[in-house]
Amino acid sequence: MKINRLGYLIKEGLRSVFTHGFMSFACVVVIVACLLIMGVFSVLAYVVDVNIDNLEQQNEILAFVDENLDEAQAREIGKRLEAIDNVKRVEFITREEAMQNFIARYPAEEQDMFSDLTPSVFRDRYVIYMDDLALMDRTDAAVKTVAGIADTSAYLELSRGFIALRNVVTIVSVILIVILFVVSVFIMQNTIKLATFSRREEIGIMKMVGASNGFIRCPFVVEGLILGLLGGAIAFFVLWGVYQLACDRIMTGMIANILVIPSFRSIMYPILVIYLVIGLIVGTFGSNIAIRKFLKV
Amino acid sequence: MVHLKDVTMRYRSGGTLAANNLSLDMEEGEFAFLVGPSGSGKTTIIKLLTGEVRADSGEIEVNGFDLRTIRRSKLPKLRRTLGVIFQDFRLIDDKNVYDNVAFAMHVVGAPRKEIQERVPYVLKLVGLEGREKRLPQELSGGEQQRVAVARALVNSPRLIIADEPTGNLDPARSLELMLLLQKINELGTTVLVVTHEKELVNAFSKRVISLEDGRVVSDRMGGYYEHEN
Repeated sequence: MKINRLGYLIKEGLRSVFTHGFMSFACVVVIVACLLIMGVFSVLAYVVDVNIDNLEQQNEILAFVDENLDEAQAREIGKRLEAIDNVKRVEFITREEAMQNFIARYPAEEQDMFSDLTPSVFRDRYVIYMDDLALMDRTDAAVKTVAGIADTSAYLELSRGFIALRNVVTIVSVILIVILFVVSVFIMQNTIKLATFSRREEIGIMKMVGASNGFIRCPFVVEGLILGLLGGAIAFFVLWGVYQLACDRIMTGMIANILVIPSFRSIMYPILVIYLVIGLIVGTFGSNIAIRKFLKV
Repeated sequence: MVHLKDVTMRYRSGGTLAANNLSLDMEEGEFAFLVGPSGSGKTTIIKLLTGEVRADSGEIEVNGFDLRTIRRSKLPKLRRTLGVIFQDFRLIDDKNVYDNVAFAMHVVGAPRKEIQERVPYVLKLVGLEGREKRLPQELSGGEQQRVAVARALVNSPRLIIADEPTGNLDPARSLELMLLLQKINELGTTVLVVTHEKELVNAFSKRVISLEDGRVVSDRMGGYYEHEN
């Protein structure tokens, strides 16, 4: 296709966006609405996932060192623990630190009752963090076999609960996102089809003066592409605003200490790319499919 | 240039026989009226000539294209050798006069310079000089039809087919349009006019092809309109 002709077709597509202002507006609104619904749910699923991940990180194995070992011997065990599969890192806690941690759980005014407490009551211990929580029971068993480790404490049931919750959230969110995507594409395509239907006469005139299908299709595809990208961009900024607003409302008081809400900036690029790609695909293919039946003249 | 021989065509919906062993020839540079009562097959002939519908049997050749075997993808090439004018003008509402005409040249990939030279020339030829920036709805019926003529003419087609071109015009504008088509014909373009206008047909003393029930019932040079409207 000659550059001159391609330039004309692109210009025609751009012009159409403005000359059919109301239909363009309707298409963009539908694209924004669909992307927004899909986006809100996807981000929600992501935030749930991040929080589960965070809770997982806090779920560790406590390994108590044999009380007959002195601190130097107890510290030696750390290297052997780190060598165990699935162990991400270990943290050594002395008897003194364990005692301070224990006392710190109580309010300041009640801490006096522990004035007679001595570190000898506590054991040196290791806090063991894992790569994969699903392998907690296996890791726990391996830690118990290390010489110098007297006992362990691991919340196996809790970790199983987290894994089950993550699996459910993943499956449900994937299913819902796929359904929303299909519904969105269907709605957007029908809106574009409606917009195209109102211009079937124009297409008939183009056919009658000898326009090829490619020539007729090109401005519609350019138009669809522009509307799709515009819809994607608007949906992105609206989602940003909604996210920020929701964060400001939710992240107050106690909840702020419990929930982990990633900043929008940390997730904005993938969202922007996904929105623009979906907008582009829906706009381009939607308009292409929509005019197909009017080309059979 | 136009050759139809023993053409038969029946519409699927209703099974009406729209062309019944119809034969017709037109030579380069001719001017002919195609007349006949409603349902006689006039519109079907136009649709056959432009490739909108296909014949069930018979031979159809237009500007060197064999319409029995032409592939759908080749239809645009056939249509670029034709200029079609409709009763309802069929202009693109949101394009001005210049763009409605230039559009037909963009379709065939004409260079910008050629478009800039040719469109004003054709608009002047049809008497629309100075109306380039107007939108179709800002023009009278006669002017709109002249835009349609300019669009049909701009790519220098070998054949212009006018389907009831005066149907929406008053008698004075109808006469103007017919004179314009005659002028175009004198410049070398073949013209086929489908019409109901008895007075116009009789006034111009051209070849008149009469149809009835999908068949040619008379074909006379300098003929008259013989049907009752």
